[in-house]
Amino acid sequence: MTHNIYLYIFVAAAVSCLIRVLPLTLIRGKIRNPFIRSFLYYVPYVTLAVMTFPAIVAAPQVPLAGILALIAGVTAAWKGMNMMGIAALCCVVVFVCEAILL
Amino acid sequence: MNRNKNAFVNGIRDGIPIALGYFSVAFSLGIVAKKAGLDPFQGFLSSLLNHASAGEYAEFTVIMANAPYLEMAFVILVTNIRYMLMSCALSQKFHPETSYVHRLFVGFGITDEIFGISIGRSGALNPYYNYGAMAIALPSWSAGTAIGIVAGNILPASAVSALSVALYGMFIAIIIPASKANLAVGGVVSASFLVSFAVSKISLFDRMSDSMKISLLTVIIAAIAAYLFPAKDEDEDHISAESRKDDEGCISADSQKKNEDHIFSESQKEVTGHDA
Repeated sequence: MTHNIYLYIFVAAAVSCLIRVLPLTLIRGKIRNPFIRSFLYYVPYVTLAVMTFPAIVAAPQVPLAGILALIAGVTAAWKGMNMMGIAALCCVVVFVCEAILL
Repeated sequence: MNRNKNAFVNGIRDGIPIALGYFSVAFSLGIVAKKAGLDPFQGFLSSLLNHASAGEYAEFTVIMANAPYLEMAFVILVTNIRYMLMSCALSQKFHPETSYVHRLFVGFGITDEIFGISIGRSGALNPYYNYGAMAIALPSWSAGTAIGIVAGNILPASAVSALSVALYGMFIAIIIPASKANLAVGGVVSASFLVSFAVSKISLFDRMSDSMKISLLTVIIAAIAAYLFPAKDEDEDHISAESRKDDEGCISADSQKKNEDHIFSESQKEVTGHDA
């Protein structure tokens, strides 16, 4: 049996949309339970941290470039550089590092 | 109205680096889509509706395998389950009276990166900020996929490599200032780095998809953190005092400080369409 690509896309889209929309529409107002509140407070930071490391090291062609980008990004963020600046800085570090090493 | 417009403009501004990163990543996704037999329009449509890198990669694998539709639903559920956590977290960033329409559209637009920048905002989230970021990031993701299908990888490897860290740079820009401002967050971020690194080295977890690892680690680490360091109510408000100021383009810094509470409630009114 062959399947229709549009139907595949539709099924995938419907499921990802439900996943994204349901909690946001069902949870109205502040959650009072202190544990769940704290849990949801930490979720974003944990997710973003887990996604960043060690993936940033594996993403470029040279792992060292990724490590240097991480160090540069963390340092710049600590000193208060804005988001776009940090993103650009990380790219430049990788580009320069790979231009030297490759 | 002005405040919503400013939020929208700020969303576009913060969406630009996301869009650049997306465009390059979407190229390689387009190559996979082509292998699965999608034409450029189908690739564009898939990316516009799903906008998830790992999720779409899995989607194309299912299409390639000619698997049942039910399997597609299950695979997407598993690879995208982290968005459910993000959606739960975002529900706490909204003013309680935010309308269903705004919740629907903001929810639809959740990606790792757009979620990231929304969390970086202080106070109640203005949906127009998300719309601004979505308006530039999602078309870029979709166009990148379509062009990837047509042209293969037209960017040189060095450019793809450099751009591949842009998204991580943005994540760093969110988690590091928050870690600096709050010791518990700093500890949690450091622990997340360590555990994530350890898991990547343990071969036992090799067969688990990255997306599953992210969801699993998030639930475990955030639960432990919530148990050890219960968050205080006002914590959310000092994550980045900067971003709210950005929306107040028309008001001088001094008067803004004095009227902060007043302005804040005004902005909520505009967002919700609710008149006190």
